[in-house]
Amino acid sequence: METTAVKPQFSEAAQAEIKRLLTHYPDERRKSALLPVLHIAQAEFGGWVSPEVQDLVAETLGLKPIEVYEVSSFYTMFNLKPVGKHVLEICRTGPCMLRGSDELTAHLERITGAKVGGPASEDGLFTLKEVECLAACGFAPIVQVREKYYEQLDTPEAVDAMLTELRNQVHRPALPWEETGLPNALANN
Amino acid sequence: MGRKLLTEHINVEGIDTFEVYRKHGGYRSVEKAIKTMTPDEVVEEVKKSGLRGRGGAGFPTGMKWSFLAKPEGVPRYLVCNADESEPGTFKDRQLMAKLPHLLIEGMITSSYALGANTSYIYIRGELLYVLRILEKAIAEAYANGFLGKNILGSGYDLDLHVHPGGGAYICGEETALLESLEGKRGNPRNKPPFPAVQGLYARPTVVNNVESIAAVVPIVNDGGDEYAKIGVGRSTGTKLFSACGHLNKPGIYEIELGLPVEEFIYSDEYCGGIWKGRDLKAVVAGGSSVPILPKELILKTAAGENRLMTYESLSDGGFVTGTMLGSGGFIAMDETTCIVRNTWNFSRFYHHESCGQCSPCREGTGWLEKVLHRLEHGHGHMEDIDLLVSVAKQIEGNTICPLGEAAAWPVAAAVRHFRDEFEWHVTHAKQAAQPGAVFPGAAVLV
Ligand SMILES: Cc1cc2nc3c(=O)[nH]c(=O)nc-3n(C[C@H](O)[C@H](O)[C@H](O)COP(=O)(O)O)c2cc1C
Ligand code: SF4
Ligand code: FES
Repeated sequence: METTAVKPQFSEAAQAEIKRLLTHYPDERRKSALLPVLHIAQAEFGGWVSPEVQDLVAETLGLKPIEVYEVSSFYTMFNLKPVGKHVLEICRTGPCMLRGSDELTAHLERITGAKVGGPASEDGLFTLKEVECLAACGFAPIVQVREKYYEQLDTPEAVDAMLTELRNQVHRPALPWEETGLPNALANN
Repeated sequence: MGRKLLTEHINVEGIDTFEVYRKHGGYRSVEKAIKTMTPDEVVEEVKKSGLRGRGGAGFPTGMKWSFLAKPEGVPRYLVCNADESEPGTFKDRQLMAKLPHLLIEGMITSSYALGANTSYIYIRGELLYVLRILEKAIAEAYANGFLGKNILGSGYDLDLHVHPGGGAYICGEETALLESLEGKRGNPRNKPPFPAVQGLYARPTVVNNVESIAAVVPIVNDGGDEYAKIGVGRSTGTKLFSACGHLNKPGIYEIELGLPVEEFIYSDEYCGGIWKGRDLKAVVAGGSSVPILPKELILKTAAGENRLMTYESLSDGGFVTGTMLGSGGFIAMDETTCIVRNTWNFSRFYHHESCGQCSPCREGTGWLEKVLHRLEHGHGHMEDIDLLVSVAKQIEGNTICPLGEAAAWPVAAAVRHFRDEFEWHVTHAKQAAQPGAVFPGAAVLV
């Protein structure tokens, strides 16, 4: 991966955001910022956190690398392997299953060509990931892509609308502390 | 129509902005508390209200607050539990996304009552978009003098921050949440010490659910006695239920505690009945961790009385014929639902989410998932059904945190009420394993 070839660096915007986050915790408790900073790292470096990126997080917060690895592997939101341009996180839990999440997963596998838990689709656009309840059960079935929830995906039209929107995205949507989406944010392509 | 103490203005255009929220009476509780009440007087009102924690356990909030240790010179914290990950539950997300200032107002008033000068909202990481909404609202509250130094000229200081999780149901358990907020893996702590004595950064801490904190606003505005007039017995006030599954109108509903379950399911004011004109088969009334009940037992207690939406009525009959109010995640299943499949799905969830610290939970949830998987997929044996009950028993009472029990109880209840359907999965294995197969028999009621 490109991101692993040179030592990664946070953008200036991200550095400023991390500085702001660190004011939220007592000085001797910088480690508290670990989860928020991992989220920033994943957004900055193509949707996953490589070992190099995790080392950068450790260095930024003054932690031992192991303190970052043991945390990134505990929480399901952090992707530890390269992913496609868009990671589709499909809720598979009971209430979503009652409203057709199994059928949705099968449908998404068919039209993207990617498999849940497998590598990205051949065009590099989509990674499929099954996740547990997303706290949106009344609007099932649900797919989350980055910070956005796509809800009531119970018709082929609704699924198409989501995929079209994603296919048309050149950059990932900008985060509040960025002026615009980072040019290299969808770096896998 | 029931009274709406939390959600009255939820659909007002622009209610997520400080200006509109304030115009609709927002931040009055902060003014009242800080200008006219001592912190202890606020705690007293919350005690009088009878408010019980809305996160699932139903522990009286005022009592929890009065347990907070207050050693001289040691900071204490209020941490709001916005981890909302219990399957079936999506009330806090809706409340925060639409009424961010209500939670912030509740956090300020509650922090004042507890003497906290720094407070956190721990929100599940998947809800980063809601974190953005909250951060924007917090910035507005700072700009208008409701947060920061010397709030409303009172000398009281408060900083409020939102902190995202990383995707782990267990971080909803309060001590796992505190570990996570400290930047660690979400492993629940052994208790004691309880958070009230040693919580965040080993300092005295109160952890409360989003809805509990929001309820402090009407309690302080109208007085605890007024709040306690709503409801039945020890179930006071209003409660948010998030309704999902096979209902005509899934969504969140604020009800006065005491509403009959039947009215909640079938009336057009609430869920509007079961979808596709079908019959109701079963309900999980309080999030995936509570026992499932067949239609007959969710509508009426074993004694034949109308089941009400209160802590007491829902648990009437104990775990034999009753359930729990839990988090208010109300999951309805129609007559075509496969109970075995659903039970397997939930046990997969608990196995996936077990932090793995205690072997009864780590191994037990794995066993439950495995045995249920083979029953659902046509490879089960008759002995498997009792094996499920025995594994569930061995988890109970043998773990650091209640996740183990949350995994075990629903399985035991499913077997109790739907044993015939489990047996049918063995006797008619091929047929039962077909997608969409429907068991032709009835539930067991006692
Ligand atoms: C496995 C597990 C998950 C939990 N998840 C949540 C949750 O998502 N939100 C919540 O408020 N409480 C949750 N709780 C309950 C909390 O531990 C705690 O009791 C609650 O936040 C206290 O707030 P309350 O008294 O206002 O209800 C969970 C408990 C367990 C054992
Ligand atoms: S009961 Fe399960 S989730 Fe809770 S501490 Fe033990 S292993 Fe972890
Ligand atoms: S079960 Fe899918 S969002 Fe809750």
